[in-house]
Amino acid sequence: MDIKRNYYEDIELFKSNTILVWSILFLIFLAFLPWLITTYRPLGLSIYIVNLITIHAIVAIGLNILVGYTGQISMGHAGFFALGAFTAVILIVRWSFPLWIALPIAGFVSSAFGFILGLPALRLKGPYLAIATLGFGMTITTIIKHMEFFGGRMGLQAPKLYLFGTPMKDIHYYYVIMIIAVLMTIGAVKLIKTRVGRAFIAIRDSDIAAEAMGVNLTYYKTLAFAVSAFYTGVAGGLYAFILGFINPESFHLIMSITFLAMVVVGGLGSIMGSIAGAALMTFLDIKLQAIQDIPAIGPALVIFSEKYMSIAGISNVAVIVYGLIMILIVLFEPLGIFGFWIRNKRYWKTWPF
Amino acid sequence: MDSILKTENLTISFGGIKALNNVSFEVEKGAIYSIIGPNGAGKTTIFNCISGIYQPNSGKLFFKGEDITYLKPYQVAKKGIARTFQNIELFSHMSTMDNLMLGRHLHMKTGVWRGATFLYKGSKAANEEILNREKVEEVIDFLELQAARNQFVINLPYGTRKLVELGRALALEPEVILLDEPSAGMNMEEKGDLMFSIQDIRDDLGITVLLVEHDMNLIMDISDRILALNFGERIAEGLPEEIQKHPEVLKAYLGEEEKVA
Repeated sequence: MDIKRNYYEDIELFKSNTILVWSILFLIFLAFLPWLITTYRPLGLSIYIVNLITIHAIVAIGLNILVGYTGQISMGHAGFFALGAFTAVILIVRWSFPLWIALPIAGFVSSAFGFILGLPALRLKGPYLAIATLGFGMTITTIIKHMEFFGGRMGLQAPKLYLFGTPMKDIHYYYVIMIIAVLMTIGAVKLIKTRVGRAFIAIRDSDIAAEAMGVNLTYYKTLAFAVSAFYTGVAGGLYAFILGFINPESFHLIMSITFLAMVVVGGLGSIMGSIAGAALMTFLDIKLQAIQDIPAIGPALVIFSEKYMSIAGISNVAVIVYGLIMILIVLFEPLGIFGFWIRNKRYWKTWPF
Repeated sequence: MDSILKTENLTISFGGIKALNNVSFEVEKGAIYSIIGPNGAGKTTIFNCISGIYQPNSGKLFFKGEDITYLKPYQVAKKGIARTFQNIELFSHMSTMDNLMLGRHLHMKTGVWRGATFLYKGSKAANEEILNREKVEEVIDFLELQAARNQFVINLPYGTRKLVELGRALALEPEVILLDEPSAGMNMEEKGDLMFSIQDIRDDLGITVLLVEHDMNLIMDISDRILALNFGERIAEGLPEEIQKHPEVLKAYLGEEEKVA
């Protein structure tokens, strides 16, 4: 039991020295992760995959602020992701902005649209809101696809960025993305613990009571959309550069749903869960594409798909397995990976009793 | 004494049912004012009208002489009117502390940027947070909620939850507090404590109390004035002793004596 001596200890970022030490160790681990990956290639990871995971983690945190904390559903986050990506690329290509200015602007453009999308959310709930946001996501990608300004159907080539005269590679992007991700994670954790975050959670748990306590529902619901879209927009900007090329077709409906799945699998209303969910879903998505290489069950699955599946064969099996894993997690651990973590923590805390 | 809250001919109907029909009353500053009546008499509807959840079809509501009839709930709260709900409306996945901190929402200013970047002791957001936590701590002391301080509300027993809800309303530092059946689901001992709490709220904190209750002993003991309603109509208003003997009130509660021919 740790005893608190003053009020600040209740609200600081590192509540105990143990957490502080672990956090520092984790940051050191992150700093050496690229070296680890290039030397040992654990789980067949590449720096590109880790970059992708980190970007998805930023999106998942943003989406969790909206879905997990404020209780508003969104199936249109691929739209914000696309907005961020295209804004960042256009700013850099057409007006040669530096990346560190283009990214926040991408975030703000996205959050401006988030604010607009937040307005119908004031009157809509649950499935109705899901459909409205779904429409938004589809509309955004269609608009981008049909405007020459955004490169039309062909998409846009992300410019090569230079760091001190050398072209940036995956490993350079790794550090840029990771620093942004760490800052945004800390921002989200703090935001949730302060006045605005409490208002978000209050709206989720009981909007009537929240309003009777002086929370302006209109403002805070749209704000939740705006903050969430900001995270997604910044992540979208980063995504454009690790991909090197953005095409409106790639920001499809399935992407929005995958984001939502990351949040649910990771744990609704948990920042750490969002990161875990993003990591697991991204990793599975990439690894399952090579499902036939898994020892023991791989060859069996190949035979199965050749025998019973018509076109696309093995990639169908990958999707089925992916779906199965999602079902199992949600079925056995409704709080997602975060719930799993909490249970284990409690188990070890009270061990051996 | 001047009136702090006043309604004039409040009328509201849902479909064909007149939930409130020309209800007028006046609450003096510093009073404990109770509203009684059988189920469906319109007691909670009055509360919902005052706190802006319903907007009356006609009639007016005044708070300290200011028209608050068409304000939204959060604007009403800003004016200094807090409330509790009949079927507890707490934020069940927050701790007691955080629930009460939400009550401090209007007294705080931290926005998104300051909240997200508040990392060190002495930052504006940290100072504000600490200052308001001290205020909440006072409320926790006042209602003796120390044991529940860091527990999730969802794990608390019913009576304690009622108190947490009361605490949340008090944390807002209102001038008027609307209590909707605060003693429902409480045992005798808790009811006794609650009675003293309500009196303390008025005497020590100087808050005017509006009370909807079914427990007649509690009502008669602590009320300064009572308004009796039946089917949305005002049937009597006065001191507790007057209400107890009022023929209309007796009729509403006990039914009419059958005339034996």
